[in-house]
Parts: sequence; structure tokens; C-alpha cells
Amino acid sequence: MLDSLLAPFRALGQYAILIGRAFASVNEIRMYWKNLFIQMVRIGIDSVPIVALAAAFSGAVLTVQTAYQLETPFIPKTIIGSIVAPSIMLELGVVVAGFILAGRVGARIAAELGTMRVSEQIDALEVMGLNSVGFLILPRVLAGIVMFPVLYVVSCVVGIGTGIFTGHIGGFLSVSEFLEGARQFFQLLDPFIGFIKSVAFGFIVTSIACYKGYYTGGGAVGVGDSTTQAAVLSCVFILVADLLVAMLLL
Amino acid sequence: MIEVRNISKSFGDLQVLSDVSLDVNEGEKLAIIGRSGSGKSVLMKHIVGLLKPDSGHVYVDDQDLCCVPYERLRELRKRFGVLFQGGALFDSLSSFENIAFPLRYFSSLSESEIEARVQECLDLVNLSDVGAKNPSELSGGMRKRVALARAISMEPAYILYDEPTSGLDPETSNTINDLINHLASELKVTSVIITHDMHSVLEVADRVAFLYRQDLEWVGPVAEIHDCANPNLNSFVRASEYKIGDSSTATSLSEPSP
Ligand SMILES: Nc1ncnc2c1ncn2[C@@H]1O[C@H](COP(=O)(O)OP(=O)(O)OP(=O)(O)O)[C@@H](O)[C@H]1O
Ligand SMILES: [Mg+2]
Repeated sequence: MLDSLLAPFRALGQYAILIGRAFASVNEIRMYWKNLFIQMVRIGIDSVPIVALAAAFSGAVLTVQTAYQLETPFIPKTIIGSIVAPSIMLELGVVVAGFILAGRVGARIAAELGTMRVSEQIDALEVMGLNSVGFLILPRVLAGIVMFPVLYVVSCVVGIGTGIFTGHIGGFLSVSEFLEGARQFFQLLDPFIGFIKSVAFGFIVTSIACYKGYYTGGGAVGVGDSTTQAAVLSCVFILVADLLVAMLLL
Repeated sequence: MIEVRNISKSFGDLQVLSDVSLDVNEGEKLAIIGRSGSGKSVLMKHIVGLLKPDSGHVYVDDQDLCCVPYERLRELRKRFGVLFQGGALFDSLSSFENIAFPLRYFSSLSESEIEARVQECLDLVNLSDVGAKNPSELSGGMRKRVALARAISMEPAYILYDEPTSGLDPETSNTINDLINHLASELKVTSVIITHDMHSVLEVADRVAFLYRQDLEWVGPVAEIHDCANPNLNSFVRASEYKIGDSSTATSLSEPSP
């Protein structure tokens, strides 16, 4: 009973120690360069299409629905732009991307490390004298921290771009009206907060996935469990972090 | 020199090793035999510090693996080559890259020297032409041999072989046995060979340790294995001889009865 109550805290401690060890091996980063580069491509570049797709749809839907909600002659149409652009930069662009990446990147990392664990490949790395924690985890977490902001930018550009395009095609909002509205209420704080969130989400998704994967136990079922848990936990903590950043910085 | 002192290990309720002590002397070939599930692989993992004993100590070159700092442990591990029971090849890399892996990280060899060394190791395990293949494209026995090639590529002082000949045909088994003998005699490698294969034991081992019910029941020179007083070891040895007798019985049974 007490044991199961303490379990989450034990897991948190184990997680903190593991990620701490990964960052402590930063002095050996020269050995991990190549790995870091590979992970940046896998986590970042390879995720561009799916992130762009999600951003395009959310940008389009947001524009259409905002326009629908503000369909009165008393509100200038430019307001649509003033609502859509900050919403994407502040929240939608980064959270939608975060969820997509929790599934795509998180699950992939957990499955990869989990398979290495159950097939003793991690043991093989250790026995050769490599620091498996540094070698496997540090490049993935760093790649997440570096590449999520890049994907965030992609997400914003595509999302807002699609929003403008939708208004134009739908004939309810001209390009210049959208841009004028967006410019009118633009604050540098919006993209800055989005950026902070993307860094946080990058860390959350990759570090949780590494933790789950690294401590996988027991065969194919174990790998399946780790993969699912990595994706689910990442999503939960993305929501928590989203709220925390908003409360702290707004 | 490897000294295992009174180690015990359980996984949950399952006691696997209890108060096991064992010395592996410099340059010798020690075979660890015992039934499937008796804890041979677990014992091996203690020797390289992959598992920590619940109690007891493992000393490698007079250093206690349980207590040395991690960086020191890594240095000690570089003296080992380990052949895992399942091979543990990196499945994202080709056979060539698997064998080159430790060389790339821990040797100062140039690319062409690495290539030569990898080819040399592949030749030693009779697999000269599989370098480009991925582990998933190899047969079980081939994987095992690529893993063996990787284990020896850094010319370690200690090699731990977990069932080097299981799943191999008799001829290839002999090649591997010869390789183990060759490494021991030419490079003065200290070898620990975990095996079920009594033929292999007789071919390579200087000494034999018999693991039975969580403990080493018998340790002694290979020559005494046939006339020892331990009934469990006797029945283990007899079981492998029985197989040979069994096959001749099978042949005689298949002949038409008079
Ligand atoms: N990581 C682990 N967690 C839980 N139990 C384990 C673990 N590793 C091994 N065991 C258990 O320890 C016992 C001994 O396992 P071990 O792999 O050492 O057997 P073995 O002697 O090598 O057998 P085999 O000859 O079949 O390889 C087994 O009952 C196994 O279930
Ligand atoms: Mg075993």
C-alpha cells in the first residue's frame, strides 16, 4: 500500500538521477557529436512534414471558426487576424506540435532504447567501457531541446500562413486585413513564450521517452508498455508545463 | 585475476546465486557449466559489473567492482571482451560497423587500420564475407560469431564467452574452440567459457566450475571431471555422454528387427 503510494516519487527520483547523469557526461560530448547530429535529423528534420500538416489544419480551422464566432457588423474583421496569430504563436502552434511529437518522437525513442535494453545492446555498450547513459540519452535530449523550437517556428509559419490563405480562399478575410490585425496587437512576448514552451516540451518528450526506454523490462510486452507510457506521460506533462509557463510568464 | 567472493543474488523472491566464490587465474581457461537457468549468465554479468550482488564482492585486478567509481569501472571493463548469450549486436549497424564500433571509440587506429583489424577478426570466426550485412540478415550462428569477433577486436585481457558454441554445427564449433585456445595461448587471454557443450569443455577448459542450485558444487581440473565424487556433476556429465549413446541406440532401433 505504502509502496504503491511511494512509487511515483521513486520513479521521479530515478528519472532525475538518470537525466542528471546524462547531462553530467557532457564533458564527453566529443564522442557523441555524430550521434547528436543523427538525432537532430531524426527528431527534427524528419518531423517537419507531420508538424506542418497539423499546423496547417489547426491554422485553417482556427481562422474559420474565429471568423464564424465574430460574424457581426460591429467588430472589424481585422480582429480575426489579431486573435488567430497570437493564438497560434502562444498556444496552438506549440501544443499541437508537442502532442504530435510526443507520439512521433517520444514513442520512437522509447521503442528504440527499450529494444536495445531487452536485447542486451545497452549492456554491450556498457561492457565496452562506454557510458551508455551519456551515449544514448544526452544526444537525444539535446536534439529535442534544439529541434523542437525549430519545429515550433515551422508550425507557426505554416499555421498562420494557412490561416491567411483560408481567409482569402473562403473570401471572408483579405490578406491585408489579416496582416493588419495581426500587426496591430503583436507582442514580442507571444513568440517568446511559445519558444520557451517549445524548449520545455522538447526536453519533456525526449527525457521521458529516454527514461521509459532505458528502464524497459521484460521482452516485447515491456517495450510496448514503455512506448505507450512514454507517449501518454509526455502528453500529460506537456499540458502541465503549458499551464506552468503560462502562469509564470503571463 | 578475477576473484568472486561470497556473492549472493536474488531477483525478487527468486534466489539465483547464494554465497558463490570463484577465482579465475591469469591466463587460464575456466569453463562454467550447469543446467539451463542455474545462473551462469547472471554470474557472468557480475564479473563485469552489469549486475551488483546483494552481498559479496567481485574483484578484478584487485579492485572491488561494487565500490570503484563509475569512471574506474569503465576503465576496468575495457580489459574485457564479452560475448553475450544472445549476441547483443547493434541491430542498426552492419556487421562490419559492429566490430569496428569499439575500435572507433577506444582505439587510435586509422580508418584503414580499423578496416584491416575488422577483416582479421571476421576471418578468425570464419565469416570473411559478411561485413556488409546487417545482423538481421544473418543466421543465429553467424550472429554469434560476429558478436565473438566484436568481443575480441580490442584484444582484451579477459574474454567472457557465454555459450560460444551453442547453435553451431560441429565443424564450426571446432573452429570456435580452436579460436578460444589460440587466443589463450598466443595472446595470453584469460578466458571464462560458459557452456553446455561437454565436447567444448574437454577441448578448451583447464578448469571446470559446476553451478548447481545457486552454488558452485564442484570446481576442479578438467581431467578429474569424469571421476569426481559429486553425484550431480556425474549425472550432468553422463547426460551429455548419454546423448551420444542415445543416437547409436536410435540407429540400432531403426534397423529392421530380426
Ligand atoms: N534480469 C533478471 N530479472 C529477473 N530474473 C532473472 C534476470 N536474469 C536472470 N534471471 C533469472 O535467473 C535465473 C538464472 O538465469 P541465467 O540467465 O543466469 O541462467 P543460465 O544459467 O545462463 O541459463 P542458460 O544456460 O539457459 O543460459 C533464471 O531463473 C532467470 O529467470
Ligand atoms: Mg545463460
